Parts: sequence; C-alpha cells; structure tokens
Amino acid sequence: MRTWQRPHYLVPDKRWRIALWIAFFLYLIVGIGSIEVNWQRVYEGLERGGRFIEGFLNPNFTRRAADIYSGIYESLTMTVTSTVVGILLSIPFGMGAARNISPKPIYLFCRSFIAVSRSMQEVIVAIFLVALFGFGAFAGFLTLTYATIGFLGKLLAEEIEEIDKKQLEAIASTGASWLQRMHIAIWPQVMPRMIGLSFYRFDINFRESAVIGIVGAGGIGATLNTSIDRYEYDSAGAVLILIILIVLACEYLSGWIRKWVS
Amino acid sequence: MLKIEHLKKRYKSGPWVLKDISFEVPDGEIVGLIGPSGAGKSTMIRCVNRLIDPSEGNIQLDDVSLSSLSSSKIREQRRHIGMIFQEYALVERLSVMENVLSGRLGYLSFWRSFLRRYPQEDIDNAFEYLDRVGLIDHANKRADELSGGQRQRVGIARALAQDPRLLLVDEPTASLDPKTSRQIMRLIQSICREKALSAIINIHDVPLAMQFVDRIIGLQGGEVVFDGKPDELTEDVLTRIYGDEDWTDVKPDDEDDEQESEEAA
Repeated sequence: MRTWQRPHYLVPDKRWRIALWIAFFLYLIVGIGSIEVNWQRVYEGLERGGRFIEGFLNPNFTRRAADIYSGIYESLTMTVTSTVVGILLSIPFGMGAARNISPKPIYLFCRSFIAVSRSMQEVIVAIFLVALFGFGAFAGFLTLTYATIGFLGKLLAEEIEEIDKKQLEAIASTGASWLQRMHIAIWPQVMPRMIGLSFYRFDINFRESAVIGIVGAGGIGATLNTSIDRYEYDSAGAVLILIILIVLACEYLSGWIRKWVS
Repeated sequence: MLKIEHLKKRYKSGPWVLKDISFEVPDGEIVGLIGPSGAGKSTMIRCVNRLIDPSEGNIQLDDVSLSSLSSSKIREQRRHIGMIFQEYALVERLSVMENVLSGRLGYLSFWRSFLRRYPQEDIDNAFEYLDRVGLIDHANKRADELSGGQRQRVGIARALAQDPRLLLVDEPTASLDPKTSRQIMRLIQSICREKALSAIINIHDVPLAMQFVDRIIGLQGGEVVFDGKPDELTEDVLTRIYGDEDWTDVKPDDEDDEQESEEAA
C-alpha cells in the first residue's frame, strides 16, 4: 500500500521543527514574564477608567462649547486644505514614482520621497514641524499634507504601474505627446480609484488631525488634550462623540461617492 | 511608398528577432504578414512607427527616414501612420467619440486636447468616419459597452482620424469570431481602396489573409521566407513558413465567400 503525507516544505527536518517550537514558547514565556505589572496602579486606573466611561455617558457639550467648536472647525479646515493640497502634490509625485512612465532618476527621487514620507508616522512629523513652525494649525496642515503625498503618491504610482499598456501604446501611436498620453490614456484608467482613495484619505486626515492636535498641531486634538489634563472627562466625552460622528459621516459619504464613481 | 532596408532588431544582447529584412510597399498595396508566433511580425510593424526602436537598417516612408529620427521628431511622423490593434486598445472609460478624436492628438496642443476643444473640422470628420464604420448611433457610448466587432470598428475610425498615409494592423481579428473577422477585414480592405492607403496586416488566419490582401510576406525566425501573391502560397511555401503539417484544407472555399459578400451587400 502506498501512503501519502504532505511533506513539510518550510523546515523539512523534524528535530529542527521541534527545536524551533520550543525556542519560540520559551521566548514567549520569558517575554511575558518580563513585563512588570503594578496591580495597585491598575486598580487605581480602573477607577479612573470608570469615571471616564461615566463622563462619556453623560457628555458635557456646554462647558467648553467655544473651545470644542473652534477646535472642530480648525480640524475640519486643516483636513480639507491638507487633503486638497496633498492630492494636487501627490499627482506629480505618483506619476514620477511609476516605473513604467518615468525616467530612472525621477523615479528614484519620487520613490525615495514617498518612502521617507511613509516611514514617518504623522505624530513624529507633527512634533518636528511644531518645533519648526510653532503651535497651531499651520504645523498640522503641513504634517497632513506631507503624509497625504506619501499615501496617495504610492497608491497612484502602483495604480499607474498596473494599467493596461495597450491603451497607452495605442495613444502613443497616434503621435500624442507625453502629457497627452498621461491625460488621455492613463488618467481615465486610474481616475475612479484615485477619487475613491482621495475620499478615504480625507477620512484618515480628519482622524489624524485629532491625534496630532495632542502634540500641539492645533485642532480638536488640542481641546481633547486640555480636557483630559483637567480631568474634565465629560467634556472629553463630548469631544470624542463629535469625532466619532464626523468620522462616521465622512466614511458614509466617501463610501457613497466611491460607489457612485465606479 | 514604404521602404524597409536591412532591418534588424534584437532586444539588449538577446538573439536577433529580425534578421535583415528588406521589402517595399507601394502606395495602395495591402500586405499580409504571416508567420508562426514569435516570428517577429509584431516587432516588425512596431519598428515602422518606432513603438520599438530598430537596431539596424533603414525604414523610409515617402522621403522621410523613420529609423533615424529622434524620439521627439518621430511623433510628427506617427501622425501619418495609423495603427489598429489586436485587442482594440481603446481607452475603455472614454466615449466612442473621444476614442475616435484621440486620433487627432498628434495635431493638437496639450491644452486644446485637455479642454476637449477639438477643431470643428476634426469633429465633422470623426462623425463621418463613425458613419463609415457604421457606429454613428454609438458616438456617446462608453467604449467598454461595445461588442468586440464594434470596438474594432472604433479602432479603425481612430486610425482613419489620423488621416494616415499608411496603416499598420496587428492581428485585427485574433479576438473576433469568424464572421466578424471577415467583416472587419473587408472594412479595412475597402477603406484602403477608397483612400489608396497602403497597409501591413499581421495575421494568423492564412485563408483570411489570402482572401483580403494583395500580397503576402511570410516571416519565419525573423527572416522573410516568402514574398508573393496570395495564390502563390502553396503547401510547400506554408511548410517553409510554419513547418510540416497537412495544409490541404487551407485554401479558402470560394463558394462560401461569394455567399458572404452578397449578404454583406
């Protein structure tokens, strides 16, 4: 009788497999053991957490109303401006970073710019830009614009690299210039996804605007930070509820628009 | 008159895809380029409008040497060379009309085409070409709504919009059913006759080629192994081009064909 067993492709030697599993579990046990937990502190924190949930359930929109609404307004302004400028700048960077349409030096420059932009989290960029330009929405606007270029630039470049080359070849064969080829052969192929991604990025930028506010880059995040610092959990709850509502609205809207363009 | 002299092509340091090809195409002649896959047919016609740069040799259209033009100068010449593709290569998300008008891009500035401000004459002509290929009612449909045969007609109208002196046609019928294939070949043939256009047509289907072209060139391994009238294409010649096979059924069935032309008329 011929028996059959699926061969182990990854680690063919059984002894090695056992050794690797043992090493992995040992590391896991030692690793978990090395995390110090101060149970006393956790207990105190639970109480604070309870008060926070209480504040969240009884949000206070009035005490800091002026701060909250100016914060929301600033965040929205920051989001809209940085998304629009980010999209406009991501188009040349994305085109430059697409291997199939760009000369090598431009490709390398745009790719590295995008890679650097993507490797740094928004908060880190914001800390740096706040140090450069001072507290406020301008640093936030720059941070989000920079992050948008990295995000959309990369996705646009990938989209361009995956286009149907025949359409490009056909337009090239009519004697079209480089710009005409981009506009007539490539843009129609990438546009629906580009619009969808832009709205998706709008969502992300609003959420990020709340986070980078905490490190001083203006907007609703600054208001949230102040409330928490002063133990005004009901005001913080109000801010969080507003953020959630706006994010939900953005998500719903962008989903609807994406469906509509495709 | 298209003149090809000692054309050679290799990719990087790979093998020669085209080995010393020379032939002439007088004005108004339709040439069928046949040969097995990988014989270099597709490379051959792309060397003419420089979608692929030839390695050696000279290609001359009327009094312009296409093979020695710089890449910025070649754009001007491409305007005069219409190209029709195997899978139509229309911009799927643009309308039929926009696809036809894209044949004019070489004549327009970027801003004019960007704002879709095409000259009235171009628009009039585009409607005329759409009428000629029987798609006048589909002008504002998106290209991806059309059937294969209709898309190829749009491809033909786009090539016509260039006001070309030469047509390069790459496997125009490979994705079409036999009946549509004949209609498309007949359309290309009659347009070439009307406008006294010369054409080079890459084609797999030997009987179809024999029926619609004036002259056949057989490529095999990057070399011309046959150049003559369709009725000189004997079994011996087919064996030389494609290798040993039973070729007795390849000759087109004349009776069938007459019936079809009546239908079309």
